[in-house]
Amino acid sequence: MKFNDAISGALLLALAIAVLVAIQSFPQIPGQNIGPGAFPGLLAVLLAFCAFILIFRGLKERAGERWVVFGAWLRSLPHLRSFLVTVACLVFYIVTSNALGFIICGILLLCAMMWTVGTRPQIFIPVAIVATLVVHTIFYKGLRVPLPWGVLMPFAW
Amino acid sequence: MTPHVLMQALALVFDPYVLLVIFCSALFGLFVGCIPGLSATMATALLVPITFFMPPVPAVAAIVTATAMAIFSGDIPGALLRIPGTPASAAYTDEAYSMTLKGQAEIALGAGLVFSAIGGLFGTLVMIAFSPSLAEIALKFSSFEYFWLVVLGLAGAVFIGNSSVLKASISLLLGLLIACIGLENPAGHPRFTFGLNELMSGVELIPMMVGMFAVSELLRYVTNMDPPAVIATEKIGNIFAGMWGLLKKYRWPLLRGNILGVIIGIQPGSGADMASWISYAMSKKFSREPEKFGTGHVEGIVESGAANNSSLAGAWIPAIVFGIPGDSITAIAIGVLYLKNMNPGPTIFVNNPQNIYAIFLVFVLANIIMVPLGWLTVKIATKILRVPRNILMPIILLFCIVGSFSINNSVFGVGLILFFGLVSFVLEENGFPVAPAILGVVLGQMMEENFITSMIKSDGNPWVFFTRPIAMWLAIGTIIILFWPVGTWAWRKYRGTPISTEAKAPQA
Repeated sequence: MKFNDAISGALLLALAIAVLVAIQSFPQIPGQNIGPGAFPGLLAVLLAFCAFILIFRGLKERAGERWVVFGAWLRSLPHLRSFLVTVACLVFYIVTSNALGFIICGILLLCAMMWTVGTRPQIFIPVAIVATLVVHTIFYKGLRVPLPWGVLMPFAW
Repeated sequence: MTPHVLMQALALVFDPYVLLVIFCSALFGLFVGCIPGLSATMATALLVPITFFMPPVPAVAAIVTATAMAIFSGDIPGALLRIPGTPASAAYTDEAYSMTLKGQAEIALGAGLVFSAIGGLFGTLVMIAFSPSLAEIALKFSSFEYFWLVVLGLAGAVFIGNSSVLKASISLLLGLLIACIGLENPAGHPRFTFGLNELMSGVELIPMMVGMFAVSELLRYVTNMDPPAVIATEKIGNIFAGMWGLLKKYRWPLLRGNILGVIIGIQPGSGADMASWISYAMSKKFSREPEKFGTGHVEGIVESGAANNSSLAGAWIPAIVFGIPGDSITAIAIGVLYLKNMNPGPTIFVNNPQNIYAIFLVFVLANIIMVPLGWLTVKIATKILRVPRNILMPIILLFCIVGSFSINNSVFGVGLILFFGLVSFVLEENGFPVAPAILGVVLGQMMEENFITSMIKSDGNPWVFFTRPIAMWLAIGTIIILFWPVGTWAWRKYRGTPISTEAKAPQA
């Protein structure tokens, strides 16, 4: 998804302004003219400057071009689906890993990912189970990372 | 280097655990580099969560070894599939592929392997010879000089790249702003935390890197529409045959590539991929047979294959001596050093010299074991290239999740990899390079501290930045870098056509 530079510039300008607004509430340090807002403020001013040039450039180059150009993958259903599945897998893990536990989450996530990039079920189901157990062993047993057990807690090993 | 320190360093490296780490990360690096779409930077980002659980020396050893291997093995898919395994191999991919079509795959890969190792060893020697004396100079630096050094490093990242200077600057500023998040600033005031306790100590570096370099590459993989490539040859002969002859014939180009690689590596912001492009162009310019370039001629591979590996060691010089990374790989490595309380900078030569010499030894060792292990990788290359990526990539995603979770044992890290993966995917789609951002994040705190300290010391008078003697020279150096684009422009003009692979490849 390619934005016209003017749009990128406008977004960056908004970010710079947000930073400048946020630093207004930072406290001053008594007896010094430089507080915690000085450095981010300087960066925000520079960012705003760059954003202006970007907007200017984008408007100049825009002639006949659309504001947003959708990459070919956005129009190809399997690719768009794969992109969304990847993002959804991460969100799914964040939301459910504590309740479901790492092993169940991991297996489901691997199945979804392998399905969307075109692996056959008779391959991806065993691979997902084995890979999740291997990763679990490396991190849980080997590196002692407390991966959540979730609903499998009674069977924890 | 006193014998005592050297003995300590030897003991640190020749420990069975460290040797095992080096061996495993070598295999890992060779494997990742060989798979198109997995770059050397991604290899590093994936290793970092594991190194988090190691003592400092094996942690750094793992990164050094894996990157050296990945930069070599990126040549393999270049020669066999015409897809560079890492951006650093892109400069001579067409050349190597033409050699494969002529039935000379073994010469192309052999030259890549042997001269990569020589380049790596040369860069290491330069590093060993110059770092301690540079560190002695650096000990005299005050906050003014450090401020300029950081600016110099960041200016390098912006101005000596392949992408638009404006977009690189924006990317850098975004990185610096990210570095502002949290309590860790001279005033100790929590900034931009959005009320999240997890952000109080700043954005965790490891999940951010995993997101920027691994998750974004996964997103690029699932949205990639290129048809699968075909392996050009199944038969690869003895890769060491005829190497001695090449070494004698091309000793001058080899030396030139080595030196150029180190220089480009030292220059902050430009790493192995720049080194190999420039030295390939240089090789063609000075060659006695420039007309043979592009038709499957080994000379350019000798020179730029050596240059990209020697630049790796070169990039470590400013990283170790000043704490200023030369490219995104050393930026990640510096992040690891900080986590291990092994803060890079000149004092490390005084306080922990054995650790530094141990790192030097790891470099030597890595470049030596590269030859047998690289030979092995080439032997089984056609099998590695057939590893189904539609199984591998999902497993990498699971690995990213666990790695980012394990840093603080919280799913907040997983949220960070998602956020930074998406951000860097969108940025790269829009032509913003990611490497300056990561340098900004790593250097932001150091820059702010030195800036604020200097301003307080001088009672708010900015002219002091220019009047101290060393600071003045550094200021001049920075200004020269600012005019570097003119030079690059002239070089591009000379080279002729813009290179498409370069624009597509992620910044390594």
